[in-house]
Amino acid sequence: MSSHTTETDYPKFQRCEVDFTQRTEYLDGLEAMKAAHKVLKEWTFKPSLPQQGYTNRTLYLNVGTLEVKEKAVTQQMKDMFIGGRGFGMWYLWNAITPKTKWNDPENEIIITPGPISGITQYPGSGKSLVVALSPETEIPIDSNVGGYFGPLLKFSGYDSLEIQGKAEQDLIVFIDGQKGLLRIEEAPAEPLDSHVLAEILTRMYAENDADRVNISVVSSGAAAEHSLIGMLNFSWFDKRRGCIRLKQAGRGGIGTIFRNKKIKALVIRGPEVKGDMNHPVDQETIAKTGIKLHQELRSNDPVQCLMRRNGTAHIIEIMDAYDLLPTHNFQYGSHPEVHKIASYVWDQRCTQRTTDGCWYGCSMACAKGADGVVLQTGPYKGHRVTVDGPEYENAAGLGSNCGVFDPEFLLELNFYCDTYGICTITYGTLCAFVMECYQRGILNKERTGGLEMTWGNALDDLAMMHQMAQGEGFGKIAGLGVKRMKALFIANGWGDAALINDIGMENKGLEYSQYMSKESLAQQGGYALTNKGPQHDEAWLIFMDMVNKQLPTFEDKAEALYYFPLWRTWFGLYGWCKLPWNDVAPSDNAKTAEPTKIPEHVQNYLDIVSAMTGKKITSEDMLRQSARVYNFQRIFNIRMGKGLRLHDHAPYRSQGPVTKEEYESRIERYEKELRDQVGVDPTTMSLEEKMAATRKYRIDRYEKLVDAVYTRRGWTLDGVPTQARIQELGLDIFPELVEIVKAHGG
Amino acid sequence: MRQLRIDMGKCDAGRTCQHECEEACAIKVFKLDSPEHAALHIRELADGTGQAILCDQCGDCVVVCPADALRRNKMGAVVLDKELCVGCYTCIGFCEKGIFERNPEWLVPFKCISCGICVKACPHAALEIVDVPQPEYRII
Ligand code: SF4
Ligand code: SF4
Ligand code: SF4
Ligand code: SF4
Repeated sequence: MSSHTTETDYPKFQRCEVDFTQRTEYLDGLEAMKAAHKVLKEWTFKPSLPQQGYTNRTLYLNVGTLEVKEKAVTQQMKDMFIGGRGFGMWYLWNAITPKTKWNDPENEIIITPGPISGITQYPGSGKSLVVALSPETEIPIDSNVGGYFGPLLKFSGYDSLEIQGKAEQDLIVFIDGQKGLLRIEEAPAEPLDSHVLAEILTRMYAENDADRVNISVVSSGAAAEHSLIGMLNFSWFDKRRGCIRLKQAGRGGIGTIFRNKKIKALVIRGPEVKGDMNHPVDQETIAKTGIKLHQELRSNDPVQCLMRRNGTAHIIEIMDAYDLLPTHNFQYGSHPEVHKIASYVWDQRCTQRTTDGCWYGCSMACAKGADGVVLQTGPYKGHRVTVDGPEYENAAGLGSNCGVFDPEFLLELNFYCDTYGICTITYGTLCAFVMECYQRGILNKERTGGLEMTWGNALDDLAMMHQMAQGEGFGKIAGLGVKRMKALFIANGWGDAALINDIGMENKGLEYSQYMSKESLAQQGGYALTNKGPQHDEAWLIFMDMVNKQLPTFEDKAEALYYFPLWRTWFGLYGWCKLPWNDVAPSDNAKTAEPTKIPEHVQNYLDIVSAMTGKKITSEDMLRQSARVYNFQRIFNIRMGKGLRLHDHAPYRSQGPVTKEEYESRIERYEKELRDQVGVDPTTMSLEEKMAATRKYRIDRYEKLVDAVYTRRGWTLDGVPTQARIQELGLDIFPELVEIVKAHGG
Repeated sequence: MRQLRIDMGKCDAGRTCQHECEEACAIKVFKLDSPEHAALHIRELADGTGQAILCDQCGDCVVVCPADALRRNKMGAVVLDKELCVGCYTCIGFCEKGIFERNPEWLVPFKCISCGICVKACPHAALEIVDVPQPEYRII
C-alpha cells in the first residue's frame, strides 16, 4: 500500500509516556497452583534441530487416552503439502470422517510451523498454522499466528503437533525441548484467562529469569468455553516490558475446541535460539536477503506505512477516506468521529522506542502494545494491563463497526477479547449485527435481557462480553455467532427473515472480517469464494479493485482471485507472515511489470526457500505447491458436505445497499451505476424500484464473477475441482479425492 | 559517553597510510585478518577526499534489537552480548551509518566499542576518542 500518513502529522499530538514495565502482577499463589498439579503422563523424546527446515517428526498426543507418540513426516507429505497449513489439512483429513462433529474426540487441533519458521534474519518468519474442524463453519479452518510456540516446537524436534481426544479434567501439556521430556499434568487451580495464565505458566516452567524467553504458552480463556468463537493465544516473553505478550489464532473457534478438549494450556520450553537453527543449505543467502529487507524497512516504512509505530492500525483513516471502513455493521464506509481512533491516536497510545516483533528478527514489528491501560469494567476492573494491539481489524471491528469511537474503551474491548480467548474480528462483526438488530427492533431490551445495544454503547457491549465469559444471559446467545443468531431470531419470529439474512455478515458460518466489500466486486469474491470463510487473508483486493481500478474486467478479477489466494496460501505452507510481503514495498516497486505482486519480495521468498531446502524453486512451483493444498482443502470441504457453489453465497449487505438509508448514503454512485451499467433512467423510478434494480444487477454480476473464477481455478460451475485439474496437480494419487470430485460432477 | 571521532583534515584516506586503523581494529579487536571487516571504514573518494564510516554510539541498534543483546556499557558504548544475540541482523539493517558489521563466517555480528585501538594505530593522529553526552534513544 502506498503512503498516506507522514511524520509531519505527528507533532501536534502530545505523546503520553507510560512506564511500560509497570502492571498488575499475578504471581501470588503460583506455588500453590503448581503444587496442585498431578502428573498423568511422562514421556521422553530425543530433542533435535531441523535439517534444511524439517525435523521429519510429528508429535501426536491424545489428551483423552494419554497416548503420546512420534509420527514420521514422510517425503510424500513434504512434496504434496510442504508444511504449515498443508500438514494440518493432511492430518485432519486422516483423523476425521465426513460425520465428525467439532466436539467429537477425533477432531484435532494441529499446530504446524513451516520449514522456514524460526529463521531469525527475514522479517515475518515465525508463524505457526493452526488447523481444526471449526465449530462455526463445520469445515476445516486454518489460522496463521505469531508468538514463539511454533519455532520453539520445531527447535525441540517436531515439525508438527497433532492433538486429538478429550480430557475429563483440565490439563496442561508441557513439552521441554531442552530435556526431551513431555508431561501431561492435571492443572485444576490456574485461572483460564490468558493474560494471567500465560504470565503464571511462563514463570512456573522457566528454570530461571533468563529462561523465560524460551517459554511459549498456548492458551484460551473463559469465553471460549461458553461460545463457538473461541480463539488461541500464543505467547512470547517480552524482555523489556518484563511480561508476556500474546498473538492470536483467531478465526473459526479453535479456542472453543481447545477448551472442549479441556486443555488449559500447552507450554513449550525450547532451546536457546540462535540464528542458524533451521540448518539451511545456504545460510548466507538468507542472511543477505534478510539484511536487505531490514534496510528497506528502515528507509521505507517511515514514508510508507509506519507499521513500526502504529502496527496495522495505520489504515483506519485511509479506509475511512475511501468510504471503506466498516461502520455500523457494514452499512456505511466512514464516520465523522473516526479521527478519535485513527492511527495517530495509536501512535501516541502505543509504546514506542522498543521492539515489537512477534518473532525474532521481525523488524516490521507490527505487534504494538499499549501499556498502562487501567480497566474500567469486568473481573479485572482497576487492573493495570498491557494490551496487544489494537490492530486494524480490532479498531474497525470493535470500533467503527459497532460505533465505538472511544480509544480507551476500544483498548478494553480488545483486551477482554484477548484474555477471554475470543476472536476480536468475529466478536466485532457479531456485536455489530446485534446492534443493528437492536436498531431495527429485531432485538430490544427485553430480548437482550436488559442490554441496551445501541451504537457505541461500549459499556453494554462489554457487559455482553462479560456475560459470554460467564456463559450466561444474552452474551451466551451472541457467542453462537451470526449464523446461529440469525436462525434463532428468525425462529423466534423476531423480525423479517429476509432482512435478518441480508444484514447478518457471515458466509459458511464465519463472520466477515473488517473490510467493506459492498463497492468492490473483486473483494466480494475475495471474501465469499474462500475455502474457510470470509477472512481477508486469502484475497485482499479491495484497493486494487476499487481505489486503483486495476481489475476492470471479469477476467482480470478472476485472474486476481486465482493468483492471490494461491500466493497467500503459500505463506501458510512455509510459516511466513504476509505483512512484510506488501505492507512496505521497495522504492522502485511501482516501476516493475506487476507492482501489485511486489516482484522483488516474491523473489526474496523464493530465494530463501531455495536456500533452505537446496532445491531451487520458481514462481510456477510456488503456484503449484499452493494449488495442491488449496484444491485439497476445497475437496475436504466437499467431503464435509459443503464446498459447493451454494456455500459461496454471500449476504447482500456484502454486495449492495440493503436499506434505504444505505442506498441514499451513496445515491450518486448507485444512480450512475443504474444509468451506465444497467441502462435505465433512475429519474423515472421510485426508490424501491431503483433498489430492486441495483440488487438484481449486483447479484447477477456476482454470479458472473463466480462463473469466471471457478473456470479460472479449474472447477466446475458448481465449484468442484475437475478431475483434469486434480490430475494436473498430482492429487489423483489420493483415490478418495478422485471419488469425491467424481461424485460431485467434477 | 565515549565516541570515536575523525578529523578529515588529518586523515588522507589511505593515500599515505596503510589503513592502519582498520587493520588494528580488525586484527586486534575482532581477531579478523581482513581489514574490510573492521568496525570502521575509511574510503578514498574519486575527488581526492576521504569518507569515514564510523559508529557514533547513537544507540539506534539498541532500540531495534529483539533479543536485548545490545546494551550500553559503563562508558556509554553500545556493546553486544554474544550469548543473547539471535543473529537476526536487524541491527545491521537499521544502522543508518552502515557500520554494524558482519563476518559471513560468524552468526553473531559485531560493532565498534569505542575502545580506541584504532586511535593509537593511526599514523596521522586523525582519530580520537571524545566524551560526549549520551543521546536519547530515538523512535525508529
Ligand atoms: S509483521 Fe507483525 S505479525 Fe508479521 S511477523 Fe512481524 S510482528 Fe509478527
Ligand atoms: S552501530 Fe550504528 S546504530 Fe549502533 S550505535 Fe553505532 S552507529 Fe548507532
Ligand atoms: S543480530 Fe544480535 S545484536 Fe543484532 S539485532 Fe539481532 S539479536 Fe540484536
Ligand atoms: S574504537 Fe575500537 S572498535 Fe571502534 S573502530 Fe576503533 S578499534 Fe574498532
